[in-house]
Amino acid sequence: MKKLLILGAGTGGTMMLNKFHKALDPMEWEITIVDHIETHFYQPGFLFIPFGIYKEEDVIRPKRDFFPKNVNVIMEEIDKIVPKENKVYLKEGTELIYDYLIIATGSEIAPEETEGLKGDLWYNCIFDFYTIEGAMNLAWFFEKWEGGKLVINITEFPIKCPVAPLEFAFLADWYFTEKKMRDKVEIHFVTPLSSAFTKEKCAEVMADYLTEKNIKTTVDFSTGRVDNENKKIISWDEMEVPFDCLVTVPTNKGNSCIERSGMGDELNFIPTDKYTLQSKDYENIFVIGDATDLPSSKAGSVVHFQSEVLFENIMSLINGKEMKAKFDGHANCFIESGFGKALLIDFNYETEPLKGSYPLPVIGPFKLLQETRMNHFGKLLFKWTYWNLLLKGRELPVSNEMTMTGKQIDEEKE
Amino acid sequence: MATIDLLGKQIEVDADGNLVNLDDWNEDIAKEIARTEGIPELTDRHWLVINFMRKEFIEKGDGPTVRRLTKESGVGTKELYALFPKGPAKKAARIGGIPKPKGCV
Repeated sequence: MKKLLILGAGTGGTMMLNKFHKALDPMEWEITIVDHIETHFYQPGFLFIPFGIYKEEDVIRPKRDFFPKNVNVIMEEIDKIVPKENKVYLKEGTELIYDYLIIATGSEIAPEETEGLKGDLWYNCIFDFYTIEGAMNLAWFFEKWEGGKLVINITEFPIKCPVAPLEFAFLADWYFTEKKMRDKVEIHFVTPLSSAFTKEKCAEVMADYLTEKNIKTTVDFSTGRVDNENKKIISWDEMEVPFDCLVTVPTNKGNSCIERSGMGDELNFIPTDKYTLQSKDYENIFVIGDATDLPSSKAGSVVHFQSEVLFENIMSLINGKEMKAKFDGHANCFIESGFGKALLIDFNYETEPLKGSYPLPVIGPFKLLQETRMNHFGKLLFKWTYWNLLLKGRELPVSNEMTMTGKQIDEEKE
Repeated sequence: MATIDLLGKQIEVDADGNLVNLDDWNEDIAKEIARTEGIPELTDRHWLVINFMRKEFIEKGDGPTVRRLTKESGVGTKELYALFPKGPAKKAARIGGIPKPKGCV
């Protein structure tokens, strides 16, 4: 029996499990998936929890509900991978061997990387919204909060879902407006980038929204430490921003098992070929999603587009054929802008987010880089798509390669 | 491709304003770029970082991030920001005549 081993049962791992389970002959192949947490979190939903739009039950399901029958499921923490022996050691002592390995161990927040962040004020008036605990605690805090300085701070890049902190700022503006206390809340967006977002054209649009919504922006701020006593974040070059409530996006790192395996970069992300998704160091190891060091966004849509490429390439390798599928860096993100509206952006390694319609020209129904109600419904509907189609590895009616169809080339630059 | 005037020479730069050709770079050019970036004088500590950036770029095809600089160059984060205010990796790359590191999004 040949062995396919998948590490991590999040979005990427679960999708790959379903795809290979359908494609590989069970008489020839044994498929195993390893994870140590039974709950699957719909991570895009965390954003809505602090504002009472989603409850905990909207974003959690048992992981096992999405696994096919006849696969080995091991719920145990990973100790380390030893690629030279084609072996994975688990914390409880289990030893697994593989012919092919897919690493889908994701990324997680590491607040301990910043001095004073996880201090006395943690979950008192400092919160993250990238974990269920952070999002829930923030929801309870907001319910009773009487207002003050709300600071949204990105510690350093890369982060999971680079648009989420902006969406958070927009939703906060809406939430406090609805509560008739917007005048009591000063919203301040603080980023290490030189503009509001990683992509230039979109950054301009976002900067306009921030101004329009009376959200103060500070750029080029690299957070060095948090002063708990005086409630300030302080940059490496000694700029200070005071807060009453700090919503932090801490440093993101790959899983610690990658560090123990000596396979990652300084943030535990794995050097991966940006087109084939094969590990740069080992032919029989592939990496998907947030665990990679790719210059694409760390987001569920990216994992979805990567999954097709990864599947084709591993199948080619198994069948002794040349790997032809290439990932183009495609990402597709809804950006909630508050008041029941959203924007949609679609881009890849080479092309910036442009205006237009998606997925079909003119008809859409979604508008790119423009604020519409339909985009907002798209974002909410995506939760259903995620639970019912995406995780199970079913085909979605969108192309995994980015297309220029429906996009408008910038007229000013023409 | 855009060019800029440095020490009386027209030198090619990319969209970020960083030098296109490694060979166009020398220490005098570096000092001149540093001045335009608001760094009047390059000390030994500046050079340590700049030379590390160039070495990494030549070996790996990409400049290091601040995190990697802190870990590998022997200069701590705090000092890096004091030497190259606002964006150590971005600024040291420009002064060192290499493209903006991909990690600096």
